[in-house]
Amino acid sequence: MGEDEEPESISDERHFEEPGLSIRRTRTFKGGVHPGRNKAETSSKAVLRAPLPPVLSVPLTQHIGAPNEAVVTPGEHVELGQVIGDSGAFIAAPVHAPAAGTVEAVADVPDFRGKSALCVVIAVDSEQPGREASPRERPGGLTAERVRVVAREAGLVGMGGAAFPTHVKLTPPADKAIDTVIVNGCECEPYLTCDHRLMLERAPELVGGLRLFMRAVDARRGIIGIEADKMDAVESVRAAASSCAEVHAAALDVKFPQGSEKQLIHVLTGRDVPPGKLPSEVGCLVQNAGTAVALYEAAATGKPLYERVVTITGPLVARPGNYLARLGSPLGFLLGVAGGLAAEPARVIAGGPMTGWAQGSAQSPLVKGMSGIIALPLLPEYEREERACVRCGKCVDACPMFLLPNFIVDAVQEEEWPKAQMWGALDCFECGCCSYTCPAFIPHVRYVRSAKAALARTRE
Amino acid sequence: MPEKQPDSELEKEQEAGVEPDEARAESRLLNIGVSPHIRDSSTTAGIMGWVIVALLPITAYGIYMGGVSAAIVVAMSILGAVATEAVIQRLRHEPVTVNDLSAVLTGLLLGLTLPPELPFWMPLLGGIVAIALGKQVFGGLGHNIFNPALVGRAVLFVSYSKYMTTSYLFSPKAPVFASQSIKSINAITTATPLAAQGLVRKDELTVAASRYYGPLLVGNPWGCIGEVSAVLILVGLAILLYKGLVDWRIPVCYVGTVVVLSWILGMDPLFAALAGGLLFGACFMATDYVTNPMTAWGKVIFAVGCGIVTTVLRFYSNLPEGVMFAILLMNGFTPLIDRYVKPVPYGVRAMRRAQAAAEAEQAGEAA
Repeated sequence: MGEDEEPESISDERHFEEPGLSIRRTRTFKGGVHPGRNKAETSSKAVLRAPLPPVLSVPLTQHIGAPNEAVVTPGEHVELGQVIGDSGAFIAAPVHAPAAGTVEAVADVPDFRGKSALCVVIAVDSEQPGREASPRERPGGLTAERVRVVAREAGLVGMGGAAFPTHVKLTPPADKAIDTVIVNGCECEPYLTCDHRLMLERAPELVGGLRLFMRAVDARRGIIGIEADKMDAVESVRAAASSCAEVHAAALDVKFPQGSEKQLIHVLTGRDVPPGKLPSEVGCLVQNAGTAVALYEAAATGKPLYERVVTITGPLVARPGNYLARLGSPLGFLLGVAGGLAAEPARVIAGGPMTGWAQGSAQSPLVKGMSGIIALPLLPEYEREERACVRCGKCVDACPMFLLPNFIVDAVQEEEWPKAQMWGALDCFECGCCSYTCPAFIPHVRYVRSAKAALARTRE
Repeated sequence: MPEKQPDSELEKEQEAGVEPDEARAESRLLNIGVSPHIRDSSTTAGIMGWVIVALLPITAYGIYMGGVSAAIVVAMSILGAVATEAVIQRLRHEPVTVNDLSAVLTGLLLGLTLPPELPFWMPLLGGIVAIALGKQVFGGLGHNIFNPALVGRAVLFVSYSKYMTTSYLFSPKAPVFASQSIKSINAITTATPLAAQGLVRKDELTVAASRYYGPLLVGNPWGCIGEVSAVLILVGLAILLYKGLVDWRIPVCYVGTVVVLSWILGMDPLFAALAGGLLFGACFMATDYVTNPMTAWGKVIFAVGCGIVTTVLRFYSNLPEGVMFAILLMNGFTPLIDRYVKPVPYGVRAMRRAQAAAEAEQAGEAA
């Protein structure tokens, strides 16, 4: 598909004749970078089921919000899908047993952020009974309130990485009307293809999940935003959505971070979320493609979120691909499932290479928000040293939030925290475009994180 | 509380009962680092290198026109700059970073703005001053306020103005020059034909300026080493623009401002654009990353300011050319421009619009 070709869905505005509800023709946002895609290794391979590891370490809290408490004790036997961690708080999502087995311990295990997380350690039974589907109401008949309950009971969180509890997102403030639900199928991070495969293999469920989101917030239209390097996914989703006029698939420019919530809203609706506000402020709700599929599954069969598709790839991985793996599987085990590593990796990354976390331990378990495990060899950039900023302005051009990253770095180096805030440290969502493009190899994201930490301390 | 907690990585592995293949992956303490975990290939040295490449045609032609003395001037100023950078960094116990090529570029830029027939120690001194006074006293690369090459040139200009304005390029190799019947100005000792203004009747420059177009475009015989050919300067600019290394706004707004103002003031606009150090300054000096503003609009203000000051100096001062001081002056304004011309962060406009709408609504209700 040519760069300038207008995607059909965007020009097709006949369903949205109400003023302010037409889909904008913009296909991209200002700023951003074009890292190499590295998706071909995995994008054409069907999702495979990963085997169960002998021991699962399931983090009790896999969402952003109030921490969960264990509701099982060591020695107890758990069934597949049984709740093992929950919280009474609203901003929390329960965690379910990813397999039948015996709870060995509730212990700290290294987590993907390089800290440690309280995990339920389960010795997996050698015999795994299949999960009995417990169909509830037909998904089509669910009320808005029921959709929220289903999302919460299934432990759904944003599966693109942010891991915000889905039922909370589906409960917008009473004074904010949501007219548009956006399903994020951009997958703008290099290497990752798990959402791509989901859109190809599970398009009907994805569209079904989107319609449930729309029901929950009473939205009039649903848009699935997909980068134009995945035209097969666009076609697949369009075919699945052909019978519902209010659902559209939009092909967007291939650029990082196209899949960032604010940039995606801007591109698809022309609306900008004010600083410090949520998408509901501008009548939008954004959900990840994986979350949409998981919601539909939860509604149709009562299946809680205990497994996810994760892209295991990288130049060192013998059998790169997408694997449907149980949460709590150690990354080292999953790398083994993908054929092991050909050589010592310089970095193993959880998530995408632009925003993911380099892993300090192969023990860290798979969690709901982890979309990829990428083993990278020693890249030339790992041996480069930070140099002086020459004020070339590439970071300013690349910043999709229109901040001045190099001025934030200056302020942090001088420990002038209010100045760092003035230059926008708190508005930064750490996409990494500035560092990616910096010729002086300055780690802006690290500086921004220290600014955020220092500003949080001063607020306390 | 946990019944038993594995007290070592090894024990955890044994508990996990992993296969040998996985054990290999698990036994290592993996390397960590902050995202992003991939970078593009741009480097400081790469950028400096491409600017040098963009300057090579000009340098080569300047040396061809100016002969050995021009080559010595360029070589000496590069030597002065690089040696000074290395010595000062060594003295300050800092890593020596001459391999980032920025000192080489400073030396080259300085050399190209000098007349070709200087005594060899003068460009050497210029290179030393450029790095020592123009760059290192501010803290090195990225911290200087003024363009180092122009600082070096300004010091030479003020200290040895006789040399700087009387040595001009007159070479038998300049065929265009010979073919033009402007011999009357040959004897004028000046760095640029602009300086001839005072000595040539004004109407000759306004009416008959077009006869200078040829030499200015392909072989400006009076210029400094880097100013001999406007065409090659534009070739250099094209390279910089193609590689995405400079913002087009600076050369376009700078030259544009000078052209418009000169035209208003009665000078032939094309002559104003081609003569003197304007093109070289606008393409290679004003575009220096360190010393111009960060934002697009900041760059426009900076460039228009350069254009205004250049024109004022050309018309109303007794300097032969205003480019150098205009850029240095606007360099001084860069921190101020950066302070007030900031990009509006994402969403702030939307917020302001919403606030304005809410206020208007309130006002409407009140009325």
